Amino acid sequence: MNNGLSRFNIVSLTLGFAFLYIPIVLLVIYSFNASRLVTVWGGWSTQWYVALWNNQQLLDAAWITARVAFISASIATVLGTMAAIALVRHGRFKGRTLFSGLVYAPLVMPEVITGLSLLLLFVAMGVARGFWTVILAHITFAMCYVAIVVQSRLLSFDRSLEEAAQDLGATPAKTFFVITLPIIAPAVVSGWMLAFTLSLDDLVIASFTTGPGATTLPMRIYSSVRLGVTPEINAVCTILIGIVTLVVIAVSIATKRAQVERDRAERMAEQGGIMVAANAG
Amino acid sequence: MAEKKDTNWQKLIEIGVPFVWLIVLFLVPFFIVAKISFSTALIAQPPYQPVFDFFVDGVAGTIEKIKGFTLDNYAFLFSDPLYINSYLSSLRIAAISTVLLLLIGYPIAYGMARAPKSIRPMLLMMVILPFWTSFLIRVYAWIGILKPEGLLSGLLIWLGVIETPLAIMNTEKAVFIGIVYSYLPFMVLPLYASLEKLDNTLLEAAADLGSPPIKAFWQITLPLSIPGVIAGCMLCFIPAVGEFVIPDLLGGSDTLMIGRTLWNEFFLNRDWPVSAAVAVLLLLVLVIPIVFYQNFQQRQLEADR
Repeated sequence: MNNGLSRFNIVSLTLGFAFLYIPIVLLVIYSFNASRLVTVWGGWSTQWYVALWNNQQLLDAAWITARVAFISASIATVLGTMAAIALVRHGRFKGRTLFSGLVYAPLVMPEVITGLSLLLLFVAMGVARGFWTVILAHITFAMCYVAIVVQSRLLSFDRSLEEAAQDLGATPAKTFFVITLPIIAPAVVSGWMLAFTLSLDDLVIASFTTGPGATTLPMRIYSSVRLGVTPEINAVCTILIGIVTLVVIAVSIATKRAQVERDRAERMAEQGGIMVAANAG
Repeated sequence: MAEKKDTNWQKLIEIGVPFVWLIVLFLVPFFIVAKISFSTALIAQPPYQPVFDFFVDGVAGTIEKIKGFTLDNYAFLFSDPLYINSYLSSLRIAAISTVLLLLIGYPIAYGMARAPKSIRPMLLMMVILPFWTSFLIRVYAWIGILKPEGLLSGLLIWLGVIETPLAIMNTEKAVFIGIVYSYLPFMVLPLYASLEKLDNTLLEAAADLGSPPIKAFWQITLPLSIPGVIAGCMLCFIPAVGEFVIPDLLGGSDTLMIGRTLWNEFFLNRDWPVSAAVAVLLLLVLVIPIVFYQNFQQRQLEADR
């Protein structure tokens, strides 16, 4: 669909993006406010960033959150990729309906339910709650997001490459690591990033499943926000926004470059195939 | 693919590992929730006992002790209007927000789909980027804007539009704004996906046959984008019903939503069986849209194949 933008299209896009971005931009600007009052502009200042650097509680929470997000995103990526392959490649196996239900349901399940049910599971199993229970919980919902992202990439990929590798005698495992994984790599990377930011972001499920000594950054932010808006929290949020923006841009540039190289490799492979066919003929 | 023995092994692992994981950590917990919702709470808990001591000793012990099931918790939910009102008000707030999301999201997705192909990836990126930034941060950003001495009131007073500060913060209006803002990418992306696939020749044919663009929109574009509309509405409505952060931070004390009620029941009243019963009923309310959404996803997947 492409017949140029009408005036209505331009207005709705402009308003839509203004709505999406103005609150974030204001938050960033006010993190540099010299005034303690969030709504009164008192000139530029970086004092809240300095205050942040001296806030040991927040720094500890940030470190815990970063580790939780890294570990859970990595495991969720492996499990989610397996789930995507199971859904796309293994056709109608026994229990497929239940399996796909279990993959899709966490995406829409209200977080309070997921959090409460995981907590009750940990209590019933007698697991001490803390760092690792938060990781288990985050893996569980993040793997489903990874599965969805990887699945869409698997659906749009040319299986003849895999079949060719297998015909030439590659084992299924080798085919996976040499052919399949490089092709779905961009989706796997964006799945990992999605899992990482979901974990970084999660307040509700972490609040239910955490224990002593494992207070995450969103939990700290939440308890400060309940006491009111402070420039210090604006500063934390600005740093988080900055990190996420940089990572997203870096990865999108990297995947674009990978895409270009893959296209070239595929073209070369095709030409090679034609030459082989010509020689054979 | 040739069926080999190691292929079967690989298949078993690829299906089995995530399957078992989700059964243990997603499906089984629901049965535990259901079980606990039928049990009675320990009476006379010291209300100010440190929360984690209570978590570890009190309830684990409680669960062990309780053998007989009871419907008391459900009877309690229906006897106290707080719970019924929370359910109804959650459904109402989520439904109104979903309609608002559709009305705001559709023109954005439509504009994106009609934009030149070269700038579409950038527009897509711009919709996704806010989604990557923390949900909590995005809700928090609105507090500074909406509160009476906040930026919006300040701007409007400065412009002379209003004289007294706006009373939006801590009302349902603020909750609508928060939900629409936070869920907008979930609405725009599926809509864009279905609009982008739309075959332009259909619209050209309609124009050639003398159909005005508005009529072509109602008769061709809109009906063909229905899968996107359904997916977007489901993706927004279902989680919005159980929303906790937005009503808690932006809504007032009178803004009842079931996610918030469950949270308070659990963290403030520390009544685990009642919060489990609240969760079971919430799930029963949502199971119809969730099953519908799953079947829908499955059909879309088959159609794409």
